[in-house]
Amino acid sequence: MFARIIVACALVFSQLSPVWANGEVTEFTLENGLQAVVIEDHRSPAVVHMLWYRVGAADEPPGQSGIAHFLEHLMFKGTDTVASGEFSQIVEANGGTDNAFTSWDYTGYIQRVAADRLPLLMEMEADRMVNLRLPEDEVITELSVVLEERAQRTDSSPGGLFQEEVRATLYQNHPYRIPIIGWRHEIEDLTREDALAFYADHYAPNNAILIVAGDVDPEEVRALAEEHYGPIAANPEIIERVRPSEPPQEAARIVVFEDPRVAQPYVTRNVLAPAREPGAQEEAAALTLLAELLGGGATSLMNRVLQTEERTSLFTAAYYNGLSYDDGTFTLLNVPVPGRSLEEAEADFDRIIARFLEEGIDPEQFARVKFLYDASEIYALDNASGRARQYGVALTSGLTVADVEAWNDVIAATTIEDVMAAAETLFANPATVTGFLTTPSLEEATQ
Amino acid sequence: MIRQRFAIVILAVIGLPGWTPAAANVEIQEVTSPGGITAWLVQDNSIPFLSLDIRFQGGSSLDRPGKRGSIYMMTGLLEEGTGELDAQGFAAASEDLAVRFGFEAFRDSVIIDASMLTETRDASVDLLRRALVEPSFPEDAIERVRGQVISVISGNAQDPDDLAPDRFAELAYGDHPYATSQEGTEESIAALTRDDIVAAHRDVFSRDRVFVGAAGDITPDELGLLLDELLGGLPLAEVPLPGPAPWELSGGITVVEFPTPQSVALFGHPGIERDDPDFFPAFVLNQILGGGNFRSRLQQEVRVERGLTYGVGTFLSLADHRPMLLGQFSSSNNLVSEAIDVVRAQWEDLAENGVTAEELEAAQLYLTGAYPLRFGGNSNIAGIMAGMQQDGMPIDYINSRNDNVMAVTQEDVRRVAERLIQPGELHFVVVGQPEGLDSTN
Repeated sequence: MFARIIVACALVFSQLSPVWANGEVTEFTLENGLQAVVIEDHRSPAVVHMLWYRVGAADEPPGQSGIAHFLEHLMFKGTDTVASGEFSQIVEANGGTDNAFTSWDYTGYIQRVAADRLPLLMEMEADRMVNLRLPEDEVITELSVVLEERAQRTDSSPGGLFQEEVRATLYQNHPYRIPIIGWRHEIEDLTREDALAFYADHYAPNNAILIVAGDVDPEEVRALAEEHYGPIAANPEIIERVRPSEPPQEAARIVVFEDPRVAQPYVTRNVLAPAREPGAQEEAAALTLLAELLGGGATSLMNRVLQTEERTSLFTAAYYNGLSYDDGTFTLLNVPVPGRSLEEAEADFDRIIARFLEEGIDPEQFARVKFLYDASEIYALDNASGRARQYGVALTSGLTVADVEAWNDVIAATTIEDVMAAAETLFANPATVTGFLTTPSLEEATQ
Repeated sequence: MIRQRFAIVILAVIGLPGWTPAAANVEIQEVTSPGGITAWLVQDNSIPFLSLDIRFQGGSSLDRPGKRGSIYMMTGLLEEGTGELDAQGFAAASEDLAVRFGFEAFRDSVIIDASMLTETRDASVDLLRRALVEPSFPEDAIERVRGQVISVISGNAQDPDDLAPDRFAELAYGDHPYATSQEGTEESIAALTRDDIVAAHRDVFSRDRVFVGAAGDITPDELGLLLDELLGGLPLAEVPLPGPAPWELSGGITVVEFPTPQSVALFGHPGIERDDPDFFPAFVLNQILGGGNFRSRLQQEVRVERGLTYGVGTFLSLADHRPMLLGQFSSSNNLVSEAIDVVRAQWEDLAENGVTAEELEAAQLYLTGAYPLRFGGNSNIAGIMAGMQQDGMPIDYINSRNDNVMAVTQEDVRRVAERLIQPGELHFVVVGQPEGLDSTN
């Protein structure tokens, strides 16, 4: 099509292997089991300090959905030596910002400050790993905050509610089916004792990963980590996580979610997919490229055919989530133009998949997608916090630092045949969940 | 294309608003091209790529009468074809170069950001030039993007987070362009012709209304040549910028009925110009009132003490034609009335009593300590460089900024609070089904 440009692409491709000084990664483990990763970025006098726990919403006791996230909020309510709210105040008084986040596989705490304040952060973060104190009245008020958070993120969003339903259908037994923030009726019943029990069970150095990124020396970080985190005893009762697993899934399922607030109806096709495994990331790499080829950028198959050529879709995409401790997901999304039905949009999925399996992959397109992946590594170096996050997610998903570092090579080694084989397997699975997000139909609305 | 919001809501991580990486001691060089175009550059060769942030003053407020939405839609068409490249061809060309473009319209500027590898820089700049200076606006792309814009409009009409600012603007700004949303209406978008798109392009992109920030792997000389290559072909401005926007609201509450369990409240009144002698006291005052994370009065009183919201904040909007002091929160329908009372009480307390010495010191410590950390990452720095020029700040502003923050006294804050904080003028637009709350008249 554009021969001149493709030649340029090949030229660039062969040149893209520079060595850059920035971004050295060092790892070490303390005697009490605390794992640490240091990412150097000396362009600025700043540092990001993160503590990740290998515990999240998929590790909650039955009936206590939302407790991992609720505890994350309560971790700001003070210790023996730091008053409620004081943690953030101290960080801010030092010109820093702090926050926290929860997912199914992890809970993380993050601060960003000038690099010379790192010891203070470690001291405070180590303190609240074991010394949390929770006043009852503050627990009750914070529960209200969490319910407001759920109202804002989920209950006010038809897309958010829809996604909850799809996920609860896609995973039939694994706790990934439960929303991170929790089901509203269970959040309402969470107590201070629930939070403290979850804290005692999961917060310990041998269940934590320290990630420091920025203008730091790895040896100094190690010394500081030994000083502040080193004295905390490991919890011998913490063992490798085993969650309820999925049975063999046999049936295709359909979720229809109707909400009058839906402005733009759409359809998704979801299926379970293998996640990246330590030492074995090949299939995940193939699925990553498959998602790019089907619904990544503007030149991907769905975008090109449905949005540009046939003009029957407003938006299309494919997502592969392979960074999870247990099974991941593969999702296709199609937002049809007004006047086109969701059933037609659903049929587009089957048509596109059949065409992809039939026609295979254009080698030029394959080279383009892999080149983009290569280049994204250079852009990623610009963002030390983003890299820190990437390591945190990978390590709490069961991967190693070596797996993270090998990932781009695994992508580069992936062949067209690998991607086609992964696609054949993925799309042969009949146990899909097709989700329709739409407005109530006219007859129902007038009843 | 117009970026859609369908991106499936996957709540993979919750509780983490955007944060940026930390960055270096910033040394800004002013670069003037042989052709006379100026840019601010922060040179850093440690990673082999360059980020550009190019802002054209005027933005979507330059829409011609009856053509609302034309600049927004035109901006979405820039990557949809140039010369022999159609939309697919343009996308393939950018992917082959691994160059990243963003084209976005705002009410005061159209912003183009680009990040390009050093290895492919010349070809990337040429591709960007063709998109910016020589877009072809093919008819099929116009129809496709028209559909995307109408989809955005209908989406906004169902979203309280869009309905609230839209109604606020409609009530506040009279017949100024600020009073209507830049996406236009379904009717105005449906009526736009290719000629209207061409006119929108001509009205917005002129080489005498451009501010350029650059950061990353490039020398000043190389940047000078790049500026002429990229922007030298643009004409001079012909249409005047809009004048000041009126302020037609007064204190009170406007309820917009919308079926949702949680109401969105947007509130505010006129603010303060950046070149006002009391800008820094006002800036510190806002930090204490509703800036930052958990420390602010509103976060403490509305969220931490009472659990009425997940988050509340205020900010000094420095819009070119009407500076504002604005804030926003979401509260369940049965709580929003109480939350509004708490916000109002803080407004009254500030106007009467100013701030405590402890509050002032904490805000100054935070603002001055956090400032150097703001300059993180090439694309972020490029944006700050362009934004500073657009706001008319001197190139040495960064050096004096923290001194200006530290110089603010309690008395300064009290003085500016008397002027700026107007409890009687504070207007709330509430979208939802708030209990015990009615519109005032």
